Amino acid sequence: MSEKKMNLGKVFMNGVITENPTFRLVLGTCPTLAVTTSAINGLGMGAAATFVLLGSNIVISALRKVIPDKVRIPSFIVVICMFVTIIQLVMQAYLPSLYESLGIFLPLIVVNCIILGRAEAFASKNPVVASAVDGIGMGLGFTLALTLIGCIRELAGNGSVFGINLLGTSFQPMLLMILPAGGFLVFGLLLGIINSLTNRKKGGAK
Amino acid sequence: MSLILSSAPHVRTKDNTQRLMLNVIISLLPCLIAGVYYFGFACLIPVCVSVVSAVAAEWVWQKLGHKKIRIYDLSAVVTGLLLGLIVPPSAPWWMMVIGSAFAIIVVKQLFGGIGDNFLNPALAARAVLLASWPALMTSGYNVGKFDAVTTPTPLLGSASLMDLLLGNVTGAIGETCKIAILIGFVYLLATRTIRWEIPVITLASAALLGWLLGTDPLTTVLSGGLLFGAVYMATDYVTTPMNSLARYLYAVGIGVIVVLIRKYGSYPEGVTYAILLMNIAATLFDRIPVQRIYGHTNAKKEGK
Amino acid sequence: MNVILFMISCILTNNFIFNKFLGCCPFLGVSSKVETATSMGIAVTFVMTIASLFAWMVNTWVLVPLQLEYMQTIAFILIIAGLVQFVEMFLKKSMPALYSALGIYLPLITTNCAVLGVATLNVKEGYNLLFSVLNGTFSALGFLLAIVLMAGVRERLESSKIPECMKGFPISLVTAGLMAIAFMGFNGLV
Repeated sequence: MSEKKMNLGKVFMNGVITENPTFRLVLGTCPTLAVTTSAINGLGMGAAATFVLLGSNIVISALRKVIPDKVRIPSFIVVICMFVTIIQLVMQAYLPSLYESLGIFLPLIVVNCIILGRAEAFASKNPVVASAVDGIGMGLGFTLALTLIGCIRELAGNGSVFGINLLGTSFQPMLLMILPAGGFLVFGLLLGIINSLTNRKKGGAK
Repeated sequence: MSLILSSAPHVRTKDNTQRLMLNVIISLLPCLIAGVYYFGFACLIPVCVSVVSAVAAEWVWQKLGHKKIRIYDLSAVVTGLLLGLIVPPSAPWWMMVIGSAFAIIVVKQLFGGIGDNFLNPALAARAVLLASWPALMTSGYNVGKFDAVTTPTPLLGSASLMDLLLGNVTGAIGETCKIAILIGFVYLLATRTIRWEIPVITLASAALLGWLLGTDPLTTVLSGGLLFGAVYMATDYVTTPMNSLARYLYAVGIGVIVVLIRKYGSYPEGVTYAILLMNIAATLFDRIPVQRIYGHTNAKKEGK
Repeated sequence: MNVILFMISCILTNNFIFNKFLGCCPFLGVSSKVETATSMGIAVTFVMTIASLFAWMVNTWVLVPLQLEYMQTIAFILIIAGLVQFVEMFLKKSMPALYSALGIYLPLITTNCAVLGVATLNVKEGYNLLFSVLNGTFSALGFLLAIVLMAGVRERLESSKIPECMKGFPISLVTAGLMAIAFMGFNGLV
């Protein structure tokens, strides 16, 4: 029992840290760059993707013995699409402003490689509970990364985080940060910093 | 880690780089003096801050990375000086610090340091500043002799050709006085620091296209930052194509894009972007086989 | 005239990569060589044009009359997946030379968000048939331009002394950022 628990813990942490989809696997770059102009958008996108990831992982894992191997990718896409449509309709009804600011990147969750990737690499080979945990872990990892990038860009480009002004009125915001170019630069530099930190850690462990 | 320069074809030793950079610095002095004459001593603040922080950024980066300190090759001084001369005279000091640090660290050192940057660092930094603080970068030209003048952008004034030539117009610190730039150009040619082809072809193609679109050729050449960009930015060794045909195409491309942005774009001046875009395309231009005629099979690569 | 301006804006001003972040995965993943980048770009152009056409027809003549707009995403992705399969088979049979050049990229395109993105955008913007197809073709040409320029720069970076921690994705992203800054020069061109 305890071994199984540890395994699930490992699966969970795998998604959040070891194989963080954004910073370690560098998957799903389009939404990562596009919606992170503010922290709340990053969080919203992350939450939506987590919901889809959880749902699709559970369903695909449950159906893994039924789906024929040859048509598995189209089947996965249909399952993912179903959950994307659900979250789209829910957001439109209850969070219209977030729905507007995420724009077409909400339906584009369908082609987010993280979700199809987890379906193919994990959910189609593992039992339901582990797949659910994997979905939450990966989703949380994605959400944390998006929120972090969103915070940095919002702080530098607008002087605020989650809409709360932190830097006062004399701060001259660096508009570039909330422009597309800023997204590429912040993401690239963050990846570089994370690489350099992990390299140093590895060097120290040796 | 060995840091010997080996990027072909500009095999340069340290002394050689240092001498070339010193030539560039000397050639920029007339522009700086003209800037002080027109805008007052206050305009030395952004220039000095820019130079000092560029050198400091280079030193800190190399120190932290346990690399050989190479600030004595003077390339950071040139980057800082160039950036200082293409901003408005009243540019705040903190903006210059950010701009210089971005030029040196992000544009130059992250890509491997001197000789490996694919964009001109000073121009990339100016584009960053322009995108980040558009108000500070497009106003604040009215200092020194221009207290009473309220021209919002350096291109829209109704200045005479003589005023344009002498620099008696608003604009960036080093870009306005065309006589000073020409003196620098002659010095660079005399010391064989740069060759004449790129600046002349850039100016000629801009003048020609401008003329076709209804602008007086001399006005095209003398207004805005075109002359400064053509002489000092477009000729940067590491960001220009290597073979000669590619260099001519590169120069024509700059001239054409400058005029198109001036005429149709939302920015008043297009020199910065034109040179950056051509820097990006430079490696593709180099793939054009020398004997092949322009417009043959590779045409799609540069047409757009 | 309107049409020409629209085409230019699709390629330069509203570039899919530098302005809309659509198609970043192949842009970063398949841009290490100019030749492969060109093939990928052409394959994407091919699929995006046909996908825009079919998505518009299905949306206007099937989904809207039946009031099934909420099925849009699922319908579009199925159209795209089917089209990619069909294009692959068609090329294999009739143009083997082109197939061998583009073959391996075609399956990747199904999950390229640029294709689904353009179909969704066409509906969102309410473009008619002509503009939908033009949007598909010329946005894809903008993607082609971006990925070829990127590949040119990255080939140059191969011989550079990039710091260890920046190699791979980080430097590609920073490169893309700098290119996006240069592309800002086209702002307001249309």
